[in-house]
Amino acid sequence: MSDEVRTLVIDGRDVAGASGQSILSVAEESGVFIPALCHLAGLSEVGSCRLCMVEVEGTARLVASCVTAVEEGMKVTTTSERLLAYRRRAIELLFMERNHVCSVCVADNHCELQELAKTLGVTHFELPPLHPACDVDATHERFVLDHNRCILCARCVRVCDEIEGAHTWDIRGRGTGARLISDLGKPWGESTTCTSCGKCVQVCPTGALYEKGRSVAEGKRHRPYVPFLVATNALGTGRQL
Amino acid sequence: MSTIEDARAPGEGARRRPPEPLVPEGERRVSANVCQAAGCLSMQSDLVLGALRDRVEAAGLSDVAVRRVGCLGLCAAGPLVEVPELGRLFDHVQPDDGAALDSLVTTLSGGEPGGQAMAKEPFFSHQVKVVLERCGQVDPERVEDYLDAGGYEALTKTVTTMSPEEVIAEVVRSGLRGRGGAGYPTGLKWTTVAKATSHDGKFVVCNADEGDPGAFMDRSVLESCPQQVLEGMAIAGYAVGAQHGYVYVRAEYPLAVKRLNSAIRQAERSGFLGKQIAGTDFEFHVEVRIGAGAFVCGEETALLASIQGGRGTPRPRPPYPAASGLWGRPTLINNVETYANVPPVVMRGGEWYGSIGTGKSKGTKVFALAGAVVNTGLIEVPMGLSLRQIVFDIGGGLVGGKKFKAVQTGGPSGGCLPEELLDMPIDYESLAQAGSHMGSGGMIVMDESTCMVDVAKYFMDFCREESCGKCLPCRAGTVQMYGLLDKITRGRGTRHDLDTLQSLAEMVRTTSLCGLGQGAPNPVFSTLRYFRDEYLAHIDDHTCPAGACRLDGGER
Ligand SMILES: Cc1cc2nc3c(=O)[nH]c(=O)nc-3n(C[C@H](O)[C@H](O)[C@H](O)COP(=O)(O)O)c2cc1C
Ligand code: SF4
Repeated sequence: MSDEVRTLVIDGRDVAGASGQSILSVAEESGVFIPALCHLAGLSEVGSCRLCMVEVEGTARLVASCVTAVEEGMKVTTTSERLLAYRRRAIELLFMERNHVCSVCVADNHCELQELAKTLGVTHFELPPLHPACDVDATHERFVLDHNRCILCARCVRVCDEIEGAHTWDIRGRGTGARLISDLGKPWGESTTCTSCGKCVQVCPTGALYEKGRSVAEGKRHRPYVPFLVATNALGTGRQL
Repeated sequence: MSTIEDARAPGEGARRRPPEPLVPEGERRVSANVCQAAGCLSMQSDLVLGALRDRVEAAGLSDVAVRRVGCLGLCAAGPLVEVPELGRLFDHVQPDDGAALDSLVTTLSGGEPGGQAMAKEPFFSHQVKVVLERCGQVDPERVEDYLDAGGYEALTKTVTTMSPEEVIAEVVRSGLRGRGGAGYPTGLKWTTVAKATSHDGKFVVCNADEGDPGAFMDRSVLESCPQQVLEGMAIAGYAVGAQHGYVYVRAEYPLAVKRLNSAIRQAERSGFLGKQIAGTDFEFHVEVRIGAGAFVCGEETALLASIQGGRGTPRPRPPYPAASGLWGRPTLINNVETYANVPPVVMRGGEWYGSIGTGKSKGTKVFALAGAVVNTGLIEVPMGLSLRQIVFDIGGGLVGGKKFKAVQTGGPSGGCLPEELLDMPIDYESLAQAGSHMGSGGMIVMDESTCMVDVAKYFMDFCREESCGKCLPCRAGTVQMYGLLDKITRGRGTRHDLDTLQSLAEMVRTTSLCGLGQGAPNPVFSTLRYFRDEYLAHIDDHTCPAGACRLDGGER
């Protein structure tokens, strides 16, 4: 793909990106914050958390900025009353969907979901918690998978497939019954594809994947290591759509 | 029966028998068409066929053909037998009903005609058959029947006398729009795929996933005249430059799959599929792919993922399948009924087709009429007919003379239309304006005993079960909306819950990734628009006006 320059306006600021680059990625480079949970620079985009939706002038629909390429002359608005309301609602839906009690979570203070709730000013929930009782898979010798904290962002699925090349993870079932699975449903500890590299743990935005032996609030990530790996990996051209 | 073999034998035998020539065709004067589509078959129409054949043979009628045909339309009154030459229809024919069979034999042998005169039945007289022209007229498992009825003339004309551009121009002229739901102009889609460049082929895909509750249009077409769909696909392949096609059918339609497979084999044998079609260089191959019955697999990108062997989840568009579909190649995807419209468009011309219907909605539409009407069944009407004509003339009014309340169109992403809108013409624009949409053609009639909040809850239940779970608003939002609706139907809801429901519905509609989530709130919106007082009755008065909901009582 040729890298032609595209100039556009994001929140009133003139910015430039390359053809084929996503709105979200140009915004990131330009220092404009757009919330997102499934997106992680370096991985392919799935466009599933819907937090990064923005308004584009002349388009009635909202667009997911992670999967929409910049165009010449585009005028993008990343924050509005409506967008903020939708984002707060999305955070609420996530918190209510499974068990996200921060005070007893290994990722407390190191959690992107929690951080976003704070940033977006989520102060209370109207909807009832669904509280499904999900399994915890602690069969791996070094790591734990706690489905109760999983938001199905599929970052682990992608990092394992696209960067590590193991494709240990996938998702089974549909709707609220969707679950992360290793090796077509075997316990993680019995996986024959997992290399125990721990990349999935490093990219998990919540406390769903963590290192054994860590207690409440001890699940700090070594995140900078992912972009480094991505940069060295020819596959990881997440910038281009 | 003593052994498993014994138990299995009859079915196995029946399946292995080649398509039987039912009665020597000789000098055929009249025929008895016995419906062998899923609806009538479930009422033993196969036994009726056998019984009638025996009687005809016993009576020594050599000039009568007893034939297996597809859907005759009036499914509510099955098993059905039609004598087309005399325009008579026999309903509720039981295999052991001697009187009915005698009357049929008398009719066939030229005596006093029995059954009903079809010309007098509004169920038939208001209909215009384009897609269903040969349904109920041909044996779905005999390509010879289809050929006798003018089948494959359109394909032959296409490949021997027309350029791909001319075919597309004809489809554009017809004004045909996609019958799978969104109503996207078919000619435009074909043009896009034809223009897309590809060094390693393109694909034509037929969407026969049909997952809407209450819908059976596509199933009936595939069970009754699969050749017409295959012919439409081959013409499409020629027009857009594809040599391979897939039909994606849900596994719940075993009879459709069986007839489709046999139709493909027979078309190949007759030279209308495969290499050198109609003696030209054009080749087109069709394969059947069977889905596991997930509603979301009807969404085009999920369907393509499923054909490729992946998990059936939608992906963001663009790129559209027309640019990047199966294995990254340009792919044309249309609905069963869309393809079935193509041979008549090519044969009789786009102009003729465009003369049927209204301004922006041309041609006919097949509906599966279901619910509380007398004549449930499969109908095909010109666009622009009013809901009233469909429900009261064709449908024969409501069962038990009950009062009409609403008609639901468009499946789980459609809406409920009230009595005030009965005179509205059925076309894409009117339906959308009224807060529903055409959808694929399910039409469910509801009487006064139906609670509209309960209906909204029913469809939300469907969506939360069928959500693929990929994107958050649909996965979690449908569950929460269902919870709120359930609370209201139990008499425990508050006005605040109603506000929450509305704002959540707005959010799910606007932010979901695919049409399933975007459409899921529609039944809520349309029932709130036309039947808000029913919501309020549950909330404020703890009563269900229709008497359908069991309320928990006053306490909250
Ligand atoms: C959730 C969902 C389910 C769908 N199911 C069907 C279906 O069962 N059959 C169908 O033809 N189209 C279905 N569609 C529409 C298809 O995505 C697509 O638009 C259609 O097959 C295109 O064909 P057409 O242009 O001939 O209508 C569905 C769409 C969505 C979002
Ligand atoms: S809207 Fe629903 S069905 Fe469509 S991608 Fe999202 S979760 Fe899946």
